[in-house]
Amino acid sequence: MSAAIAAAGLSKRYRIGQLQSSYGTLRESLTRVAKSVASRPHRHHHEDIWALRDVSFEVPEGQVLGVIGRNGAGKSTLLKILTRITTPTSGRAEIRGRVGSLLEVGTGFHPELTGRENVFLNGSVLGMKRKEIGGRLDEIVEFAGIERFIDTPVKRYSSGMYVRLAFAVAAHLEPEILLVDEVLAVGDAEFQRRCLGRMQDFGESGRTVLFVSHNMQAIARLCERTILLADGQIERDGPSPDVVAYYLQSGQGSGSFRDLTDADQVWSDGLAKLRWIRVVQDGRTVESADVRRPIGIELAFTVLEPGQPLFPKIKVNSAEGEIVFNAFDTDSRWHDPVEPGDYVATAWIPENVLNEGLFTVDPAIASLGSGKLLPHAGARLVVSFHVHDPGEGDSARGRFTGQLRGVVRPLLEWTLEER
Amino acid sequence: MTETNLQVRPAPPAEQPPVADPQERSERTFVIRPAPRWPHLDLSELWHYRELLGTFVWRDIKVRYKQTFLGVAWALLVPVFTATVYIVVFGKFAKFPSGLTPYPILVYAGLLPMQYFTSALNGSSISLVSNANLVTKVYFPRVMLPLAGVLTPIVDFLIGSLVLIGLMAKYSTWPKGLEFFLAPAFILLALVTALGAGFLLSALNVRYRDVPYAIPVFMQVLPFVSGVPYELSQIPTKWQWIFSINPITTVIAGWRWTVLGAHAPNPGQAAVSVAVAVLLLLGGLAFFRSSEPRFADTI
Repeated sequence: MSAAIAAAGLSKRYRIGQLQSSYGTLRESLTRVAKSVASRPHRHHHEDIWALRDVSFEVPEGQVLGVIGRNGAGKSTLLKILTRITTPTSGRAEIRGRVGSLLEVGTGFHPELTGRENVFLNGSVLGMKRKEIGGRLDEIVEFAGIERFIDTPVKRYSSGMYVRLAFAVAAHLEPEILLVDEVLAVGDAEFQRRCLGRMQDFGESGRTVLFVSHNMQAIARLCERTILLADGQIERDGPSPDVVAYYLQSGQGSGSFRDLTDADQVWSDGLAKLRWIRVVQDGRTVESADVRRPIGIELAFTVLEPGQPLFPKIKVNSAEGEIVFNAFDTDSRWHDPVEPGDYVATAWIPENVLNEGLFTVDPAIASLGSGKLLPHAGARLVVSFHVHDPGEGDSARGRFTGQLRGVVRPLLEWTLEER
Repeated sequence: MTETNLQVRPAPPAEQPPVADPQERSERTFVIRPAPRWPHLDLSELWHYRELLGTFVWRDIKVRYKQTFLGVAWALLVPVFTATVYIVVFGKFAKFPSGLTPYPILVYAGLLPMQYFTSALNGSSISLVSNANLVTKVYFPRVMLPLAGVLTPIVDFLIGSLVLIGLMAKYSTWPKGLEFFLAPAFILLALVTALGAGFLLSALNVRYRDVPYAIPVFMQVLPFVSGVPYELSQIPTKWQWIFSINPITTVIAGWRWTVLGAHAPNPGQAAVSVAVAVLLLLGGLAFFRSSEPRFADTI
């Protein structure tokens, strides 16, 4: 067993200016130069950000390694360095074997080309030889389940077909080392299961996998070992369950309160905007909620324009990314146009509904239009909370101490007759 | 814990990806380290990725006239139309002399390499930015993109040459001798020039999006200083030397010489053009390679 990946002291520095104005015009940079010459004393005005600082680790051949950490912790930078998309500022890494990366499915797809043509294009961008792709074409098309449309330009594909084809190509790439970044954030639950299954196959067939994800369930399931990155440094490195538990308990997860006023995953069409969201139980913001009592999702929002009947809506997802439910306030108070102003709506999830585990919430403000839900403001996966069962015997688990499988875990009423 | 929900869900048909044949298993170890201070070009790596270059060219050709009504006919219409304007304005009104060959064919033969150069320069300069999704997601030698940009327009050039053959038949001007076989060398000179400038401009374009605005301005002047509407031999010799700093002058003069039997370019002037083109290529490549480590971060 030798190391497939050996990283020693990898560091990557960004200049803040470099991040802010990622590109500009020549004039801007000329004025900048002129300014810096004119005011020489303040020359060291730019600040440095270390996206990655002195990161060292080894991945033995055949290991499936998880990488977790909050946004901006350096996960993507690490992957970009290992895939040679960008170079480190200092340090080095040795990689033994052919590397395949799934930084995003469908990289390089061209909308005007047909499915077949894109398989060749995408495959060779990902490092396959044309001969190899030709040999696997049938397999790829069958995996994607799009036989009938293989000669149709992909711009006519539904987004589902597009993603399936893209993933099929990537899944048939046969690298010795696979680097994966959040592919599982796209697609429906079924598709995500197939992604995980395929990755599991990869791991079991003795290939090295480095898997970056926010999906703790998937990390815990697929990876024997996990690295937690925080502020560009390795904070924890060990068996996945330990590191995942440490991460969730240390409150570095997405958290159960989130200010949405200038978070970047938030969008709005100008009719309404989200302000903040939190998870409450018994009047307190909670990271971990007791399964036996109602859980409140408090959503604060501002209605900006009058004249629209709007209502708040939430979508609750499981840690695997499956939708547990969608719910919106159907009360008649939302039937008439809403006056501009600030509102706080709370959705109460009844006790004994969700199973134990981690859940995430996507809030939105929507309206009804010709039989559809029209979103006007929303955010994805902005808060998360844990549901736990203290195991005192009064929940649906009764005196059973193990875990019950399933997304929901209602406390049912059972009747019994003797007949 | 008797039961856990961390079990694998029904995985897709448990077909095991065949473990690569031990012999096939590439023992390619590569080392990632900070960008070198001095740019160099890894030729063995370029060879390793040669198929990708073909794929890029193939893609660009495929996509070029998709969803156009006239399709590939544009490759004929554009030079024919431009040539008509030149012939009417400079030939009929301004009465430019035509030297050894009829004026229409002189102009058309000049325009063909000119338009190849224009497309090649445009294509290679925008190549990095228009493939930004690839540049930020996958590794491959970035020089492939400008290189594909100068190779793709060769197809249009060949199609446009059909009209030239037609004109040659009409005016019965055929290549005079063995110099005909030198014709590709002059197109290669145009390619090298476009590639050198393309390396430089595509790398600049990653940082400064002024490039696509500046190129057309430059391109409006270029045909007139490169001898498209006239023959270089018709201007005073001392000026010819200055003109030959622009390699396209030699490209056009040489192309007309080899294909139409026009005046041969002065070897000294041709040497100046070739030297400029080679310097541009080396300088452009060095600049490209030294900016390359920052492409993905700034694009």
